[in-house]
Amino acid sequence: MAVLRHAALVAWKDLRIELRSREIIYTMAFFGALLVVIFTFAFPQDARAVRGAIPGMLWVAIAFTGTIGLGRAFDRERENDTMRALLLAPVPRLAVFLGKAVATAFLVLAVAAVCAPLLALFLGVPLFAHPLPMILIVVLGAIGIAVIGSVFAATLLKVRSRDVLLPVILYPLLVPLFVAGTKCTAALVAEIPNFDNAWYWIQFLGIYDAAFLVLSIWVFESLVIE
Amino acid sequence: MTALDQVQIRKIAKRYGHERALAGVTLDLTARSMCAVLGHNGAGKTTLLGVVSTLVRPTGGTVAYRAQGSLVTGAEVRREIGMLAHASLCYGDLSARENLALTAGLYGIDGSPTAVDAALDRVGLDRKARDRQARTYSRGMVQRLALARALLTRPSLLLLDEPFTGLDRDGAIALGEQLGALRDAGAIVVVVTHDLEAIAGRTDHVAILRRGQLVFEERGTYTYEQLKTVYHRHAN
Amino acid sequence: MKKIAVPLFAVLAAIGLAVSVYLVFFAAPLEYSFNEANRLNGSSLFFNQKIMYFHVGHAFWLFVAVFVSGASSIVFLRTRNPRWDDIAAASVDVAVAFGAVVLITGSIWAKAAWDVWWQWEPRLTMSLLLWLVLVGYVLVRKFAGPSADRVAAGMAIFGMVGVPFIYKMVGQDSHPGAGTQGVVATLPPGERGPFWVSVGSFLCWYLALVISRVQSTRAEREVRELRERGLDLGVLQ
Repeated sequence: MAVLRHAALVAWKDLRIELRSREIIYTMAFFGALLVVIFTFAFPQDARAVRGAIPGMLWVAIAFTGTIGLGRAFDRERENDTMRALLLAPVPRLAVFLGKAVATAFLVLAVAAVCAPLLALFLGVPLFAHPLPMILIVVLGAIGIAVIGSVFAATLLKVRSRDVLLPVILYPLLVPLFVAGTKCTAALVAEIPNFDNAWYWIQFLGIYDAAFLVLSIWVFESLVIE
Repeated sequence: MTALDQVQIRKIAKRYGHERALAGVTLDLTARSMCAVLGHNGAGKTTLLGVVSTLVRPTGGTVAYRAQGSLVTGAEVRREIGMLAHASLCYGDLSARENLALTAGLYGIDGSPTAVDAALDRVGLDRKARDRQARTYSRGMVQRLALARALLTRPSLLLLDEPFTGLDRDGAIALGEQLGALRDAGAIVVVVTHDLEAIAGRTDHVAILRRGQLVFEERGTYTYEQLKTVYHRHAN
Repeated sequence: MKKIAVPLFAVLAAIGLAVSVYLVFFAAPLEYSFNEANRLNGSSLFFNQKIMYFHVGHAFWLFVAVFVSGASSIVFLRTRNPRWDDIAAASVDVAVAFGAVVLITGSIWAKAAWDVWWQWEPRLTMSLLLWLVLVGYVLVRKFAGPSADRVAAGMAIFGMVGVPFIYKMVGQDSHPGAGTQGVVATLPPGERGPFWVSVGSFLCWYLALVISRVQSTRAEREVRELRERGLDLGVLQ
């Protein structure tokens, strides 16, 4: 479909720029690593307490770095008003949305790929004992952040106070995503992993992502065109 | 390609929250014509351009785009629009060639290296710079790239928002000549500007906005002196 | 909105409030129990239980507001008619106030019943989250400048779609009225009358506040438009 092709063009443009400068990846990854270090100091070295706190640490790191990366990725479109050029193109506007969302999802995943192993390393918790469900929940989380984040980052592009409004809008809406992520991670990391519970949360997040993807496709143009 | 030859703007109103940007503007744009939209800051010129470029949804009124009488809508209208603004609309992290290739891909036109190079030749962008990132370009080079990008898709409706700002006298004259040539080739050209000198003698249609309303409209050629008089009389 | 609406609802609310205060404090049974030594059981609720009558009456509107503002915002985005935006903004404004009442009264009740000021139990968590979405909406409206209506509408719609997920995520229920019957069936007979009267009076109060807010926003807009017309005609400076 033409929409997907155009979305791929937009996504590839973003990823190519990012691969070239690596600005967002480096800064996000570094910030994520710093968060992990702060967390290790903030929590006692008692193994059981730490095991309980790991899911929260991971998802807080994903939340913060994800929001920052999102802001930066869309800031690029402000620099020379290139967002206007994208919206002016004869492609369906939702192709622009899909392209930016895909690129953002990759950025968030890249940061998660840095934070998760670091957490596992510093705190000695086997985050990847069950790699498949773990990767699945992180991917679904990244998609959710990218989808909802892209809608509002694009909407706020020319709005006053956008830097502070983006988290104000995003965090309440993303709460179910973070709860699902932490509960699933907790179920996988526990002494006796609870796969049923983990699978329930994976499904939950899958439906959440699907619902908001459909909603975003539906309202994106209305929200972004002034 | 359905080249637009008529844009009918009818009673366009736009309100941003509490602010009224446009109030009932009615204007007709035709092919082979260059319309200068003048007015003070905040008069609504940029908003009007936004509405015509489909980037701003009016709170009232309609805009009809026609090609040989029949209505053109949706993405097909955007295909015919070329925009030149104060911002370059190009990615600083990509090279000139990459920027044009991206535009070609989005518009579904030939983006091969030959086509891209031809477009860059037409604006006179130095060959050696074409593979450097656009953020390393001088202001003049950025202007050329922006123009190449706008013209690559051979638009029939060319919208320019303060295109002369930041250009020196020669650059402004050169741009004015290019716009005149495009107009003569059949395009609808709309220029929003403060620089009366740059468009003097080239424009054949003048519209003046004040506080969101169209207070003056006339077709005909204007010298610089005539433009100044008409502007001072109506824009205040 | 007819001119009669606000005074009507306000009067109904006032009467309802007066009646329910009477009923709640003088007619409804006081909940207390005796322990084995036949002395008054210190941990029972006494007057704190009366909070329920006011708490539930306000809680309902938190949910209604999210859906009303979400639906209104969808229509607003389609039609760009500011009337729909007025309804969304007014419902949220009032709901934020009502939500604060819910959370505070709920806290007091929790301290009396469970000896903690707050607990992460399902209904409280859900109310808090919905309230946070509504507060976010208010902040966006206040600080986003001229495009605030558009951005806030987006937030309302996304918030509305998020409600089922928040509901599913909170899990098991330990709140009074848990289970399929709902709160009403679990109430002793003497309490049902006052309960409905107080819920009804808060319904009227909510409607009175929202309608009057919508009317005032509309009046502000009319004044602004008149002023613009005056400036256009040169009648005003």
